[in-house]
Amino acid sequence: MNGRAELALRFAGPHVSVQDAGRPGFLRYGVPASGPMDRLALAAANLALGNPAGAAGIEVSPGGLVLECLSGAVGFAVAGGGFIVDHAGHRGGGWRTATLRSGQGLAIRSGPWGSWCILALAGRMEVAHWLGSAATHAASGFGGGLLKAGMRLVVDETRCPAPRAIPFPVFARPRGALRVTLGPQERFFEPEAVAAFLAGPWRMTDARDRMGVRLAGPPIPPRGALDTPSEPVARGSVQVAGDGVATVLLADHQPTGGYPKIATVLDCDLDAFVQSRPGDLLRFRPVSATEAVDLARIHAATQYRYLEALRRARQST
Amino acid sequence: MPVWPIFRPVAEHGLLVEFGAMIDRAIHARVLRLDRALAAAAVPGVLEAVPAYAAILIRFDPRLTDHAAIEQAARGLLDVAPEAPAAPVWHEVTVCYDAGLSPDLAAVAQATGLSPEQVIAAHLAGEYEVFMYGFAPGYAYLAGVPEAIRLPRKPSAQRDIPAGSVLIAGPQCLVSTLTMPTGWWIVGRSPTRILTGDPARPFLFDPGDRVRFRRISRAVYEAQA
Repeated sequence: MNGRAELALRFAGPHVSVQDAGRPGFLRYGVPASGPMDRLALAAANLALGNPAGAAGIEVSPGGLVLECLSGAVGFAVAGGGFIVDHAGHRGGGWRTATLRSGQGLAIRSGPWGSWCILALAGRMEVAHWLGSAATHAASGFGGGLLKAGMRLVVDETRCPAPRAIPFPVFARPRGALRVTLGPQERFFEPEAVAAFLAGPWRMTDARDRMGVRLAGPPIPPRGALDTPSEPVARGSVQVAGDGVATVLLADHQPTGGYPKIATVLDCDLDAFVQSRPGDLLRFRPVSATEAVDLARIHAATQYRYLEALRRARQST
Repeated sequence: MPVWPIFRPVAEHGLLVEFGAMIDRAIHARVLRLDRALAAAAVPGVLEAVPAYAAILIRFDPRLTDHAAIEQAARGLLDVAPEAPAAPVWHEVTVCYDAGLSPDLAAVAQATGLSPEQVIAAHLAGEYEVFMYGFAPGYAYLAGVPEAIRLPRKPSAQRDIPAGSVLIAGPQCLVSTLTMPTGWWIVGRSPTRILTGDPARPFLFDPGDRVRFRRISRAVYEAQA
């Protein structure tokens, strides 16, 4: 079967972009891995369609997305957050698959919770790659790119799998606590500032994009002059600028930074965290390096079981 | 005084190895030595190493290994790593200093008490070392700006500075790869692409490589840009 579908983008909110599993391994050249803000959502949407887990899909921001199928037919899946999906006269939530046919529209917009969702398409999207990945690096536009109204998307090797619901995993919801290891630059803060950082509470602000999210909370200015040489930054670094404002760095983070990182959020907490919304409250909970590894392994096993069940369910239909 | 190196955990997937707290060639040489040793050793579970000025971040898969095992491996490599670094790889980067492409040249001349031609001569005289990549894809920080033209950053950043701009601030120089804001001094424009577009070698430099600048005319720049 070698079907082909052509889609026209009628509307795309800010930060809507093509994302695949990302391009890890180039941080030494200044390139973050990028990839979806919620990596579990991409894997779930793809596996529900029978795609490879890391295949390129469309990441939809709270701004939403409206498109129309001009020709052909293609299965689609929406997963991540609680978005509202309008398709062929039917309005419902995400976490399901269906088929988009010629002449039909598909609208995805912000719903009761969550900040990012993935629209996956059953087939292969014709998109630009950079360094072997279609993930969009927002600041440069490299990769598949940001999506704008008026653009067209072509999907090759389309399939139209039977519609199904995608089970919603409870661990995909944001929690009020984020596990962190302290540092690696917590020594640039007075003990009172570290205590205030851990006491919180912190509030998500609307200053957020794929690079990171700024938090509002107790002022925790670093002490002394900030003359440390820039050090590598991780997805999850909690960076504190000279004015004491904390930012959690995310998928398109800068590769290095001279501001001290008071803590680093465990990677296994980040997919759920990015689904928080402005105004949500959260606290940081410190764990040791050993606990962090244990928590990551438990999370990886849980996620593996969930995704394997999705994969097997599609194979058996 | 702390005893270097210092190992610091970074979430469940990273170990930061610090060799010092300042920008210094000897400290940076230790960073690069561990970087090379890690690349040669293929330590199980290591995903990537990210060298910076005074530290290197070792990222690993927590399903396969942990901080203690990585620290042990790194300590072992530090013990056996050869002292003599490999012969550096040299690159030539061409740069045009023409008025339209060097908006801050006059200001740098004024601030340093030199003539614009003396600023250019000083910039060309520098022998630069790729210390690290930072800020954005392909932004290679080149250490080695001669003392005579070292200036602190400008008080505020300017927006939309074109790719290929040759920038200096303090002891550092870089050739930008994207249209980005910068607070550094723009002294020229280069047609040399740090993001090469070659999938086999997508980045022109590796950390530790050396760079010389060569002056070109506006006509040559236009032909190559």
